[in-house]
Amino acid sequence: MATDVSPLDGVPLLDVENLQIELITAHGVIRAVDGVSFTVGEGETVTLIGESGSGKSTTAMGVLRLLPEGLAVLSGSVRIAGRDVVADPRAARALRGRTVSLIPQDPMTALSPVHTIGRQLGDALRLRHPGLSRAETRERGTELLAQVHVPRPETRWKAYPHQFSGGMLQRVLIAVALAAEPRLLIADEPTSALDATVQAGVLDLLMELQEVEGIGMLMITHDLGVARVVSDRIHVMKEGRFVESGPAGTIVDRPAEPYTRALLAAVPRLGAWDEDGLTGAVAR
Amino acid sequence: MAEPPLLDVEDLVVEYPTAQGPFRAVDRVSFQLPRGGSLAVVGESGCGKSTLARALVRLLRPVSGRIVLDGTDIATLSERRLRPLRRRVQMVFQDPYGSLDPHLTAQQIVAEPLRLSGIGDRAGRARRAAELIDRVGLPSSALHRRPPEFSGGQRQRIGIARALASRPDLLVCDEATSALDVSVQAQVLDLLRELQAETGIAYLVIAHNLAVVREISTEVVVMRAGRIVETGPTAAVLASPAEPYTRALRRAALDPTTIRGVKPRHLLTTTAREGTRS
Repeated sequence: MATDVSPLDGVPLLDVENLQIELITAHGVIRAVDGVSFTVGEGETVTLIGESGSGKSTTAMGVLRLLPEGLAVLSGSVRIAGRDVVADPRAARALRGRTVSLIPQDPMTALSPVHTIGRQLGDALRLRHPGLSRAETRERGTELLAQVHVPRPETRWKAYPHQFSGGMLQRVLIAVALAAEPRLLIADEPTSALDATVQAGVLDLLMELQEVEGIGMLMITHDLGVARVVSDRIHVMKEGRFVESGPAGTIVDRPAEPYTRALLAAVPRLGAWDEDGLTGAVAR
Repeated sequence: MAEPPLLDVEDLVVEYPTAQGPFRAVDRVSFQLPRGGSLAVVGESGCGKSTLARALVRLLRPVSGRIVLDGTDIATLSERRLRPLRRRVQMVFQDPYGSLDPHLTAQQIVAEPLRLSGIGDRAGRARRAAELIDRVGLPSSALHRRPPEFSGGQRQRIGIARALASRPDLLVCDEATSALDVSVQAQVLDLLRELQAETGIAYLVIAHNLAVVREISTEVVVMRAGRIVETGPTAAVLASPAEPYTRALRRAALDPTTIRGVKPRHLLTTTAREGTRS
């Protein structure tokens, strides 16, 4: 896919080392991220999980260098496909929308309400391939909408965001992210604003795309269920640090740290259920 | 003979005017809630559950049907005749940021419903507010602070204290914990359970999270497109849902502890299909 970046030869897609992020606020300087290290490889999903204020979204935005310059001070290193965006902020600009793209949290506000879906998706496509003609852009864009399972994509090209449901908008945003032909996707709570059945469809789609395209994914979520379903590895974050890291199954089934245990204990249980609908009752 | 229910809703219809004519948000909904009982209404966005909640506290006026509260039909009661009944049904809102007046102190917020209902004198209302603030687990130093100084969980505690001030028989909780972090949500659910055990108050809980519903309700009503699609004891409905829509909801609800294996791909696809079928 991405022809302008050399093969990685064992270098992780994303390699974060001792990242610290200090935010300058009205109440002084806050160390929002306090020395985290992690990697994301091809075809892998790595999840940062934590409660509000844990620093998980700040980490993601820092990796993308999308925090306001002058108000956020980064140190450590963040290598995306080998290029350190902490040392060289211009590298981040070159990588965003090409090697790495973002799926934002709130599908209702992430798109411009006064431009059509086609226009916005087209912009993302032409950022990646500046020479695309109008017809080529539309053809490629329609394919992308089909790939993210937007029904009748050719008829939706000229539609505006308000004509879509939240779940369909999130699919459009995934299509915009995919227009970059990224090797790394950063998904910041991509399903938190969605209904559970819609969330299931979007998570399925992300896993399907990963299987087909081998994209690496950094997922940010507060939902342990979501993390357990999509992740290879999970880092549990609290007050800017990782309190526990490991394979998804281990973190959820055998958490070692009291904080992880407390977080899991706080999740209300659903209990067993008769999934196949074969019998009328289930032992509780 | 069985005691008559605290709340008896019959064939309730609520409509919103739109440019294309009236939109029926709640379509002939019927259920009963016994005194001290706990009933949850679940469903996804747009199913009509919040509209139902607003109609029950008469923030909206239904088109037809009955809302019988302890023997009195309040569905179409005039505001004047409704007023004395208002204190008996209170509501806790979803948004802990938008539902409290930022200019008032916690004590004023909690005492407000008493003042509006003309209950007690100033000193008595202040005492009651202090009692309630203590009861919902906030320190007495909270009394003179204002909403912007509190966290989301603390604000929701203030919202609960305010709702309890007039000693209502029924508390309608509209997604009262869905904006909270999971650890804070667990504390608020604990508080609600304790309060029910102590006071015998009845709960009508509006929620989209099935696991929350399982924690707080004994009966559940599943809504879709304004109608009830399934109803029954919460434990039974969640353990063996009969309706395809309830099954889709159940499958999509991710309990981390019951997910097995390494990154189960396409685990959810059937959900997406069932969920989008109309």
